[in-house]
Parts: sequence; C-alpha cells; structure tokens
Amino acid sequence: MPAPAAVAAWPAAAIRSAVFLACLAPLLWLALQLLRGDLGADPVARLTHETGIWALRLLLLSLAMTPLRRLTGSPWPLRLRRMIGLFAFAYAAAHLLVYVALDLQAYWPQLLEDIVRRPFITVGAAALALLLPLALTSTRAMQRRLGRRWRTLHRLVYPAAVLACLHFLWLVKADWREPAIHLGIALLLLALRLPPLARAITRRGTQT
Amino acid sequence: MPRYRFPQPAASEITPEPVWRERRRLLAGLGGLAALPLLPACRQPEAVPPPAGNPLSIVRQTDTTGGEALTRFADVTGYNNFYEFGTGKDDPARHAHTLRPRPWSVEVAGAADRTGRFDLEDVLAPHPLEERIYRLRCVEGWSMVIPWIGFPLADLLRRFEPTSQARFVAFRTLLDPERMPGQRRRILDWPYVEALTIDEAMHPLAFIATGVYGQELPNQNGAPLRLVVPWKYGFKSIKSIVRIEFLAEQPLTSWERSAPHEYGFYANVNPEVDHPRWSQRSERRIAGSGTSVFAERIPTRLFNGYAEQVGALYTGLDLRRFY
Repeated sequence: MPAPAAVAAWPAAAIRSAVFLACLAPLLWLALQLLRGDLGADPVARLTHETGIWALRLLLLSLAMTPLRRLTGSPWPLRLRRMIGLFAFAYAAAHLLVYVALDLQAYWPQLLEDIVRRPFITVGAAALALLLPLALTSTRAMQRRLGRRWRTLHRLVYPAAVLACLHFLWLVKADWREPAIHLGIALLLLALRLPPLARAITRRGTQT
Repeated sequence: MPRYRFPQPAASEITPEPVWRERRRLLAGLGGLAALPLLPACRQPEAVPPPAGNPLSIVRQTDTTGGEALTRFADVTGYNNFYEFGTGKDDPARHAHTLRPRPWSVEVAGAADRTGRFDLEDVLAPHPLEERIYRLRCVEGWSMVIPWIGFPLADLLRRFEPTSQARFVAFRTLLDPERMPGQRRRILDWPYVEALTIDEAMHPLAFIATGVYGQELPNQNGAPLRLVVPWKYGFKSIKSIVRIEFLAEQPLTSWERSAPHEYGFYANVNPEVDHPRWSQRSERRIAGSGTSVFAERIPTRLFNGYAEQVGALYTGLDLRRFY
C-alpha cells in the first residue's frame, strides 16, 4: 500500500538532511579544531591530509551508490549519489586550496613544477581535473540537456577514482596499507559495474 | 688540532633590529584582529612539564641556531616519526609507553679493541651532559629546533678504541615486537639500522642524546639513548640504540633498503637534491609562529645550515650522486 505523499515527504527530507550533515561533519570538525588551535604540530599537513582523505572516501562512497541500488533495489542510493559526489568534489577542491594557498602560499612556479615533475601530484591534479566537468554538469538542467551523453561523460568518475587512489598510494613513504585498502575498494566498486557482475548482484525487479 | 668552532650565524643572516621590530609591530597589529586569540600562533608556548625522573644537570649550553625559536615541548614529544610504534605522527606518543627503557644495554662489536655488552649506566657514566640546541629537518619537509641533552658521539666511540679498520659505524634499534608493537607489521625490515662514516661519527656536531628540554628522553623520542646528526635528514638520527658496530664496509641502512632510489646512505640535508617525489627546497618550521596555518615556509639550507662546520667532510663528493 503506497504511503500518502505528505507522510513520505518528511523522511525524504530528513534522510537528505542527515546525509548532508554527515558529509559536512568532517569539514566542520576541522574548522572547529582550526579555531581552537588543535590541529597539531603541523596544521597545514593535517588540513591537507584530512581534506584529501575525505575527498577520496566520499568519492568511493558515491561510486558505491549504483551497486548499492542494484543490491537493494531501493531508490535511495541514486537520490543521494549527486550530493555525495558533489561533497567529494568540494573536499577535493578544499584539498587543492589548502595545498596552493597554505602549503605553497600561492607560489605558482612551485605548483607548476610539482604538477609537471612529481607524479603523485600530477595524478592528483588529473583526478581533480576529471571531477570538475562532472561537478559543473551535475544539475538537472545539464543532465537533461546532455541526455545520453551525460551518462558517458560521468563515467569519468571511474578513472578519477583510480587516479585519486594512486595519488594516495604514491605519497606514502613505507606504510601502504591504508592507500592499498582504498584502491582495493575502488577496484571492487568498478568491477561490480562489469555487466556479468552487475547482473549477478542486481535484485530482481530493480530498474537500472 | 684547532679548537672546534660552534656554528655562529653570519652577520648577513642576522635580521637587522629595525626589520625585526617592524615585524613584531606588524604581528602585534595582526593580534588585534578578531578571533586571533583562538589561533595557535597567538598562544603562549606551553610550559615544559616537570621531569618524571631526576632532572638532568648540564655542564654547558650551546645554541647552534643563533637564537631561532624553539619547538614547543608538546610538539617535540607529540609529533614523531618512530615507526616501531606506528606510522602516524601521534602514534609514538600514544604507544611508546610499552618500550621500558630500563634496564638497557648496548652491544659494541666489530673493528674496535673494546667490544662486548655494556650496561646503559656504564655507557653513560663517564660523560658530562651538555645541552645542544639543534635544527632537525625531516625528509618529509618539516623541521624543528630542539634543545637536546647528551654528549658528543665521538667521546663515546673513542672509549671503544676503534681500530684503523673502522671506516663506518652502524647503529641498531631494539628489536622486540612486544615492546615495539609497530614491528609486528613489516613496514620496514626490522630492526632499524642506520650508519655514518667514521669521519661523520667523529665530527663534534654528531651527538648522543639522552634527554631533551632538561629531562630524560621520553620513550617516543628514542629513550634511553639516540643519535642526533643535525646536518642530515631526521631518519639518520636513529633512536633507542642497542648495538654499535664498527665496520670496514659501508652497510645497507633501513631506508636505503626500503627505497634505494629515494633514500641514500648520506641523506645530507640539501635543497638542491630533491626527493624523487617532492621538493626539498623549503620546509615548514614547527616552532614559534610556524604552528599557525598561515606560517610561511622557510628555505632549506645546505647541510641544514651547518655547511660551515661539516662541509669539509664532503669535499670532492658528488652530493647528487651520493644523496
């Protein structure tokens, strides 16, 4: 028996708000620690790391939405996918901003040198460059205007996620566990999109 | 032998009084801005807590930095790379209570006349303690200024009477996964090994630290004794030493073994020789206003500012090849 529209509306708003706040929480927490001077001995390094790691986590979370939709048949993953993806982009942009404004202090020659000569920065910059058109075309209007091409364009998130993981993997000195786990999750989420696997996990009756 | 000259800043490096007064005025002006009392740069340096054991008494103090601001005690003891206790910067402070730095012994081996196992007390007893304020530059691009307490490495090594065969000195950290839980994962090929040429080891700036900030070394800083080689990247300054070996051949050190293209035997601080993955031209100084998010990076100096003292060790050595 379908629920009356008015009743169905409030949990939808509540769920959206909860996810919005959850995505915002790490940023608010960092801002609070910044104001309290609690970011530790090297606050710039901490801000760089935290914004970067949350960008990657949210990117992987957004990539999990389509498989989750197939697994559960629920419409919710797809409804939240755009917001999570945009938060991933926002954290990635904050990551770049911290790096350029606070770490390099807008010393552009160093930025260019880093992008050209340091592979881990090159792949990080490439990942962000791939996410930019996705953020710009994330509106419903753009989605309608681009039609089928929108889907193709938004597959850029796959290489972006892999590059973001490589960026993380490439910067550690010796302890590869954390970046390796992230890369493993990214590859799993991509594998679940291969047609045979996608079919296998799809709950009967789910529209994909 | 000429008397050793401790580093003094060149006249050109000393900021003229009108300039620093102007800077202070500017900073004071900034201090008036709203919310700044909340920012770390405006906080008073934290007081150093009283030592847990006996305070260390020292016979002299030497500031090799020409008065650069000290890194706060909380940062010296709370922001560490000591992978034996985890790879996070705050892991050593959280986990190093398991180390148990007493009782402790140091094994001396190799090309020396007096070798064997020595109790820590016997190792330390003959050496009057002094304070040395040194810069410490991490290969990751941050730096500190630390008041170490200890004695010259050369004074210790001479007691073991190294022979003419001894061209290198290797140091080894404790291997004990019970006391060093980080060793349960093979992040590096444990135990940690570091080494110096005999000339580097005998240089008056090479130092054995047993304390910091007037008190015994906290575990996370490498208790009970560690090396401090201020002109090299921090990873050369091996912690919690249990073995010293005099060698004829250059040994393979831990980071060299882990990533030979990235970390060399010498690991001298050098702004001209980049780490393959990042630049070494500048550093973030974790001291004074450096702990603010708006602190400027400072230029990294050849041999970490100790070129005048140690440059002669490397005459004729291609520093790009022998990084």
